[in-house]
Amino acid sequence: MSLQEFFNMGGYAFYVWTSYGICFVVLLANIVLPILQRKQFLRQLALKQKRQNP
Amino acid sequence: MFLIPDSVGRFFHRMASPPHFYAFTEKLLPWLTGIFLILLACGLYGGLYLAPPDYQQGDSYRIIYIHVPSAWMSLFIYMMMAVAGAIGLIWRIKLAEIVAISSASVGASFTFIALVTGSLWGKPMWGTWWVWDARLTSELILLFLYLGVIGLYNAIDDKRTASKAVAILALVGVVNIPIIHYSVEWWNTLHQGPTVTKMDKPSIHISMLVPLLLMALAFKFYYVIAMLQRAKLELLQRERTANWVKKMLSEQEQ
Repeated sequence: MSLQEFFNMGGYAFYVWTSYGICFVVLLANIVLPILQRKQFLRQLALKQKRQNP
Repeated sequence: MFLIPDSVGRFFHRMASPPHFYAFTEKLLPWLTGIFLILLACGLYGGLYLAPPDYQQGDSYRIIYIHVPSAWMSLFIYMMMAVAGAIGLIWRIKLAEIVAISSASVGASFTFIALVTGSLWGKPMWGTWWVWDARLTSELILLFLYLGVIGLYNAIDDKRTASKAVAILALVGVVNIPIIHYSVEWWNTLHQGPTVTKMDKPSIHISMLVPLLLMALAFKFYYVIAMLQRAKLELLQRERTANWVKKMLSEQEQ
């Protein structure tokens, strides 16, 4: 099977790759967003702590 | 209590303590992520490359490798959420409440993926993006249940009260689960019947079944990873004034 054939998916490329793309984006967001939010929250908390007891 | 070995009892007792839970997830997450990535790579390679095209549906059927595991996860996570919610409701265990609400966003995501990929599969195969049949409608209701849980939780400021309300909503919504599962048997529908869970003779070839099961297992690991990431955030927000969080912060600064 050539690479082009693989990406063509027997003519169903749009349906197959859109499905996999949406799945990938949603699943990645579910990991990345909580990590970013946690880091930001910890930064804010650390700042607050410093202000309270310098 | 004498039925449960001492070490197991101690493990759960420790896990119910926020600082231990937080430290334990930190250690566990790299392992879970590693196993998840290996399973995912094997499943995708098997499903997209090794498995032959379907004799009726051609290559479009390859959507099955994310559609079906996502749909399974949407039900599985709902049950996890309802059980964790019930444990939180009965024994007032904070960690159970956090697991319940952290499951909701992951479950909603899988439900969304199942609906969208199903639509993208339905268009070339059925000729339509959507039909209001029992399977699709009950799955859509599941998405609304998840969103209702998340919305309700965010609407109530006191998180202990919010968790109570959410657990009750989740438990009421459990009636939807068997409806989704049996909908393809109870009602006539465009949606195909079960192919894998027919125990005597699954109507799917082994070269297609193995990648499907690998993807299903990979998604199970993914759920635990994503749920724990969300749980860590949730835990910190709730415990922001606790001593262990303050200690962790001052240790980080040095």
